[in-house]
Amino acid sequence: MLDFVQQLVSGVALGCVYGLIALGFVLVYKATEVVNFAQGDLMMLGGFFAFTFIGMMGLNYWIGFAGAVAAMALFGMLAERIVVRPILGYPQFSIIMATIGLGYFLRSVAGMIWGTDDFKIETPFSQGVLRVGSLVLAHDKLSVIAATIILCTLLWLFFNKTTLGTAMRASSENMLAAYYMGIPVKRVVSIVWAISAAVATCAGVLLAPITFIHSNVGLVLGLKAFPAAVLGGFGSIPGAVVGGVLIGVIESMAGFYLPEGWKDVAPYIVLLVVLLLKPEGLFGLHARKKV
Amino acid sequence: MRFLFKTDYEDDIRLFPHSGYVVSYGLLLAVLLIAPYLLSSYLMSQLVFVCIYATVGVALLILTGFTGQASLGHAAFLAIGAYTAAYLQKYNVPFPVYFLAAGALTGCIGALVGFPALRLQGIYLVIATISFAFIVEEILARWESVTNGNEGMRVKALSLLGVTVSRDSPTFYFLCLAVLVLTIVGTLNLLRSPTGRAFVAIRDSETAARSMGVNVALYKVKSFAISAAITGFAGVLFAHKLSFISPEMFTLQLSIEFIIVILIGGTFSLHGAVLGAIFIVMIDPFLTYLKDDMPGIIAGIAATFGAGAATAANIQSKVAAFAALNGLKGAIYGIIIVLFVLFEPLGLYGRWLKIKLFFQLFPLYKRATFKRQKIYVKSERNR
Repeated sequence: MLDFVQQLVSGVALGCVYGLIALGFVLVYKATEVVNFAQGDLMMLGGFFAFTFIGMMGLNYWIGFAGAVAAMALFGMLAERIVVRPILGYPQFSIIMATIGLGYFLRSVAGMIWGTDDFKIETPFSQGVLRVGSLVLAHDKLSVIAATIILCTLLWLFFNKTTLGTAMRASSENMLAAYYMGIPVKRVVSIVWAISAAVATCAGVLLAPITFIHSNVGLVLGLKAFPAAVLGGFGSIPGAVVGGVLIGVIESMAGFYLPEGWKDVAPYIVLLVVLLLKPEGLFGLHARKKV
Repeated sequence: MRFLFKTDYEDDIRLFPHSGYVVSYGLLLAVLLIAPYLLSSYLMSQLVFVCIYATVGVALLILTGFTGQASLGHAAFLAIGAYTAAYLQKYNVPFPVYFLAAGALTGCIGALVGFPALRLQGIYLVIATISFAFIVEEILARWESVTNGNEGMRVKALSLLGVTVSRDSPTFYFLCLAVLVLTIVGTLNLLRSPTGRAFVAIRDSETAARSMGVNVALYKVKSFAISAAITGFAGVLFAHKLSFISPEMFTLQLSIEFIIVILIGGTFSLHGAVLGAIFIVMIDPFLTYLKDDMPGIIAGIAATFGAGAATAANIQSKVAAFAALNGLKGAIYGIIIVLFVLFEPLGLYGRWLKIKLFFQLFPLYKRATFKRQKIYVKSERNR
């Protein structure tokens, strides 16, 4: 029983990391109907920025964190301006390929600048553990869970309660109509990329103590976060986190109870089954067909 | 410029619209047939890979280009074809039998993948095919009694009609070329048949196709099966060419490469698959060549513009150090993909058509002919 709870908690923590990256996917998709395959690589880059500020320049953890988030928000806007804006509205396939290309580029450049070693960021949470009965919970994992809950709530409120959030939802439904209603669609898209890059950076910094930062971490985790977003129904903010937690728990349970090899495949098998039963994901909007 | 006057439907669907096509494609075929006697063995080897990649490209074009169903799982189909060949070869099954068996098995699995794909669209289909590819990769790594696990399988040289054909021999090249040509001709015939027109109708508008009486589900599954079967055939040749296969060869990276083949070649015509295959196979040796020779060339240019010997040597060593940077290839790869999506969405074949039209219409060519319309996003969620 204790093993089970321990696995569950570590699965939830891992799942929250996936959920955080998936949140980035969902944000961009929700506002622009673009699927950003470079989301994991944005996370990797955010982690490296934070490492540069904190580990190499010796700044305070929180200042370095904020600096990395701000820098990545600007970078997200830049990436949107150069890669996505010219092809906004073209078939998804083109945009997916463009972001895959962006991902290749970011991975290689990060490898060139920071090398191919693993890096670790010293955080205030790296040391301590919380003991509940005989259960041992590391602070770094708890920090990921807490951050995920906070970010998810904030983003949900932002999307559903603020004017800017409503404008984002409007421009995703019908860009032209939103433009006619006075929404500056281009600026909205730019802002949503900045937010999603910032969220990715939070994920990168928080998971640095758990998985370390290296130039391929974005690809590895991005490929797990992607099913998480799909499982939750692309375009639902709570769905992304629930999907991420599900994938994380399934992965850690499969790694513990099933023979070797199931750990990596189990999330994908579950994903395929869910897609078979509910093609729009768990929380996805039901698609209505209009001619 | 030649004007084609079409008087009936037969004129419209001819394989060779006029005699010029027969001459130019005949010449191309002749050049390809004498190529083994002209080119170095390294280039021949690359040419075999071009044939294999182009075959996969054609398969992917049927599915993605003409039926509009994106797939990032074609490496899995290639793997299934390759492993079927390697497994059956152990039991001394003759080449023609396991070649066909690999195609048939991959086709069946493709149809099975096609069924769940019926309900999925866009991004959900992409992730479903990625999941399928991951599961296949893991099965290949774990099913050790059949696939030998991560240690991989050796593939012996194929024997055709009692003659052993080594993987570097011209005969093997001719075999690959024959498979490619047959695939292309078969696909062209398929595309001008009712099946092919149904595929294109589904791509353009599923709702419209359904209301015209096209059985969308049936044709989607057919498209998956045909595409997978062709990829399976290519997989057999791939296994023989490499003579060793292991699960880590058939990763998502390879699936992305196949998509890049058709993206760079152009997704609207079979020419695209061949041009894209040439590009993707040749980019690696080309970049290596640049890496070895570029520093010297740049230093030479600097010297001609009056730089001193010391400065030139300095520049040369700097450029060489830059070229030797780890991962520069990946960055160039990424930039190429992004540039193609942004500036040449019709691919290499689209560029060729533009150049051709420029000379055909010489003083009258307008850039606007190929200009993309401005499109505004409408939600796919409640389409």
